[in-house]
Amino acid sequence: MMDNAPRAFRPRDRAWHPPAHFPDYKTSVYRSPRLPLVSLTATRSELTGPIFGHSTIRATDNDLLVNGRVDGDPIGPRMILFGRVLDEEGRPVPNVLIEIWQANAAGRYRHVNDSYLAPLDPNFWGVGRTLSEPDGSYRFRTIRPGPYPWRNRVNDWRPAHIHISLWGAALCQRLITQIYFEGDPLLPLCPIYNSIPDPAARERLVARLDMGESLPHDTLAWRFDIVLRGPRQTFFENRPEGA
Amino acid sequence: MLRELPSQTAGPYVHIGLLPAVAGIPFEPERDWGTMVGPGVRGERIRIEGTVFDGVGAPVKDAVLELWQPDAAGRFPGHDPGADPAFKGFGRVAADLSTGLFAFETVKPGRVPYPDGRWQAPHATLLIFARGINIHLHTRIYFEDEAAANAEDPVLALIEQPERRRTLLARRELRDGRVVYRFDVKIQGPEETVFFDV
Ligand SMILES: [Fe+3]
Repeated sequence: MMDNAPRAFRPRDRAWHPPAHFPDYKTSVYRSPRLPLVSLTATRSELTGPIFGHSTIRATDNDLLVNGRVDGDPIGPRMILFGRVLDEEGRPVPNVLIEIWQANAAGRYRHVNDSYLAPLDPNFWGVGRTLSEPDGSYRFRTIRPGPYPWRNRVNDWRPAHIHISLWGAALCQRLITQIYFEGDPLLPLCPIYNSIPDPAARERLVARLDMGESLPHDTLAWRFDIVLRGPRQTFFENRPEGA
Repeated sequence: MLRELPSQTAGPYVHIGLLPAVAGIPFEPERDWGTMVGPGVRGERIRIEGTVFDGVGAPVKDAVLELWQPDAAGRFPGHDPGADPAFKGFGRVAADLSTGLFAFETVKPGRVPYPDGRWQAPHATLLIFARGINIHLHTRIYFEDEAAANAEDPVLALIEQPERRRTLLARRELRDGRVVYRFDVKIQGPEETVFFDV
């Protein structure tokens, strides 16, 4: 049995994350706690977490151009999404389960609850999964998603984005967020993007075009580096060993 | 020093990524993330079920929930030597899209220590993701029939108002001879569930 989980983490800076209650995003008004969170020093329950091995992943799971294919290629701009998973100390985090989901090029999700009038793509599911490599790197191939309208204010549109879920070494590193695209004019209009208070934090969710990794006559590449909560160094261990 | 990426809501289509079958996508039709037990699992088999309610008392039907807990002996799979190989420790389910009910098939967890060496009461950690939730909610499921252990639990003791500790107690029921613990989550309102910042 291996246990690579750190023994303590830096506190999560809640002011860096979006507040639970953000009235411009209407659903958050009734889906946000009103009472303060109870602060808890992490125990074994939070310092451990599920370990996802390579048996969890199949060869085409990170290739969205292929995994939902029926009788042709999916429609839309081909793209590579790549980057590294690091912790707050800048060290690579291997074996992170990375799961992504997205709309197709027309802005439509393959989901029973999505009724947007834009068409489904019969050759595109919009789901992918991978594990970060020993150097923290990861890579997907997909279609650039389209923007889509949503019921919030009368004319709200989501900027193009890819949802990303991250399971690192411990439960307290758990994170779900969204990847946006450099230069999208819908970004400054989006209440979900703007729920993040610090513009510097928002910028961190914007993928950058990377011509070096792009494949000539084939696929543009977008770099998105991921940072998970980092371990705190502890000088005094009062946790019983192996407990 | 780098900083953690900021969180964003998982949105209404979270199932596509986390539980594709719920969205109607045959990405991994064979997998059942809600059944955490295999044949021969040690300890008491239980079902944990409930509903997440929003601030007006409506069920959150598009929630996805994750559970993490030790086996019946208090060992975490993948971390502790001797952990039960028939137990996964991790579960992931969607609330029912029409009713909001969620359910995990698991075992009653064993006790694990607090950092200072005291014992925590049996508990499981529950994470909640949904549209409108900007950063996932983190709570703990304790068991109402563990009164003695609950009374000395260092984490329950952190909750300033003793009345609020009740929001973390799952209610034990017997249904067709099977043990079912009911655990409803209230995101806001008079009975607001205790959520943690870890
Ligand atoms: Fe979306």
